Amino acid sequence: MPDSQTVREALSKKGAYGKDLDLDHYDADADKEVKVDDLRTSDYRKYMENVGIVADEMERSGTLMFIDNKASHCSPRVQEGLEISTVKEALKKYDGLRDHYWKAMDPTKDKYTAKTYLEDGDGYFVRVKSGYHIKYPLQTCMLLDTNRSAQKVHNIVIVEDDASLEMITGCSTAHHADDSLHVGVSEIYIGDNADLSFSMIHSWGKTTGVRPRTSTIVGKNSHYTNNYVILNPVGTLQSFPSAILGDNSSATYNTMCIAHESSDIDTGGLVYLNGRKSRAEIMSRSISMGGKMCARGRMVGNAPESKGHLECRSIILKDGGTTLAIPELEAHIADVEMTHEAAVGKVARDQIEYLMSRGLSEDEAVSMIVKGFLSGGSINGLPPELKKELDEAIAAANLGD
Amino acid sequence: MTDMLKIVDLHVEAGGRKILKGVNLTVKEGETCVLFGQNGCGKSTLLASIMGYSTITVTQGKIIFKGVDITDKPVDERAKLGIGMMMQRPPNIYGVKLGDLLRATAEDPDTAISEADKFKMEKFMDREVNVGFSGGEIKRSELLQLTAQKPDLILLDEPESGVDLQSIDLIGKKAHDLLDEGKDSSGRHVSSLVITHTGQIMDYIGANKGYVMNNGVVEREGDPMEILNEIRLHGYGE
Repeated sequence: MPDSQTVREALSKKGAYGKDLDLDHYDADADKEVKVDDLRTSDYRKYMENVGIVADEMERSGTLMFIDNKASHCSPRVQEGLEISTVKEALKKYDGLRDHYWKAMDPTKDKYTAKTYLEDGDGYFVRVKSGYHIKYPLQTCMLLDTNRSAQKVHNIVIVEDDASLEMITGCSTAHHADDSLHVGVSEIYIGDNADLSFSMIHSWGKTTGVRPRTSTIVGKNSHYTNNYVILNPVGTLQSFPSAILGDNSSATYNTMCIAHESSDIDTGGLVYLNGRKSRAEIMSRSISMGGKMCARGRMVGNAPESKGHLECRSIILKDGGTTLAIPELEAHIADVEMTHEAAVGKVARDQIEYLMSRGLSEDEAVSMIVKGFLSGGSINGLPPELKKELDEAIAAANLGD
Repeated sequence: MTDMLKIVDLHVEAGGRKILKGVNLTVKEGETCVLFGQNGCGKSTLLASIMGYSTITVTQGKIIFKGVDITDKPVDERAKLGIGMMMQRPPNIYGVKLGDLLRATAEDPDTAISEADKFKMEKFMDREVNVGFSGGEIKRSELLQLTAQKPDLILLDEPESGVDLQSIDLIGKKAHDLLDEGKDSSGRHVSSLVITHTGQIMDYIGANKGYVMNNGVVEREGDPMEILNEIRLHGYGE
């Protein structure tokens, strides 16, 4: 790990993408511990449910919840083979987590990782032991509850060899804490012959700053799915999660965004095809309702017989914003096969009129096409429980009705 | 019988070209009319004009439906007034399931869904509309939707084109049920205008009147079987 001085210097290092945020703006104290024993009776229930967290924990293997910078709920009992706790507890239990603590993520990456490192951010620790397949999704929740504060959490997820897990992670802001910052550093380690599906659903306030930093290392013959969904207004969000793939492993990134007026979203996925026969698919579907939307996708081919496809599709429903699709393919050897597709524009007129000829009004036709466009992009790898909730959220989103 | 559809001196442009050059044509209530013509003579443009698609621009003339001038009305208003159309090549609607579209547009959604098997479409309710459909599947899907929509004037654009021999029988019978000599199964008077290039669909539907289009105008009107026999003997000729 770098010495503290080097990391301190990184506190002034701007992020590679997105608007630069002044960390001093978020000066309120957010270290108060708020315990939530029963999610069902909690005042926070409505915020959790907005982002796919099930309060009664039915058909969930467990729940970990953070309010601001402190853990507020951790299911006491979980299925055999699954271990959940805070990172701080895991550091004590596992002798500093030498192979996993700041190993996938460089703390000097930018000011957000540096702050999390220097302020010793706690977060959730999840481990699936070798040979175990966890039946129900595990849910984690990150809530912002203090205005003008910074949440800086550091999460570690380990799925060992021959194991599998589905995770749903929901992040949200309480109404009174709109002007706050979320930094979530997540280090994810997937072993050999293993599988992780990681679905992140965000619902923030109109002025919230969001800077997740997710880095994943995938072993051999394994699969990683990363789903990212944001349908509500946000101040500024920038996230470019990355994965490094081992031999014969694959990764799927699905991103689904609505950029409302005054929202500034810059998101996507980056995959390093480092293993022989590794494969990746990066898909982004977004709608601009007058906001700023940047959809990035990047694939780096480093190993023979690796393959990948990138797709950025965006529909612009309202003028006033900007939509930018940036698909990038980078190859360092000849024996790779990478393709990309990008499309930006309005809803096709012939599709609208086809539905109108069945009796739908123009607004109803546009709404049906746009909802289909969004949910169609999320089909792959999304837990079925979540699919239903997302379809409901898309139906509720004001898309031309 | 009153006029269901009356087209008066219709001039239409599409893609910067003059396609229709003064079309006159009438479909009476309960009447099944067949429109013959060579490829490229303007038949599909005429149907698109009646439905109101924005790919065409009316430069002169009128389209009167049930006594209402609909020349400048949007597509959905025409549909609500009672016009329904089967397109030859409908667009793919990614992400929208056929079942959801049926539920949103059918007069009686439950019946529409339950009758999908009669069109051999019961396995397509969760499929995206038209995506990856074969020629025959598209026609069956269109007929199922039209049957559920219950329009008073039905426009069919070459229902037999791109369909394999096995499907043509089902499609022909379903088109017959839909038009049924001017009456649908509930006894309602239905009118229709059917485009055919080969005349094959006429083995299934009983037509009352035939029109022949050439180079953007209707140049002949008469008994549909007589016209078809002549075309079969001599082609469209000059």
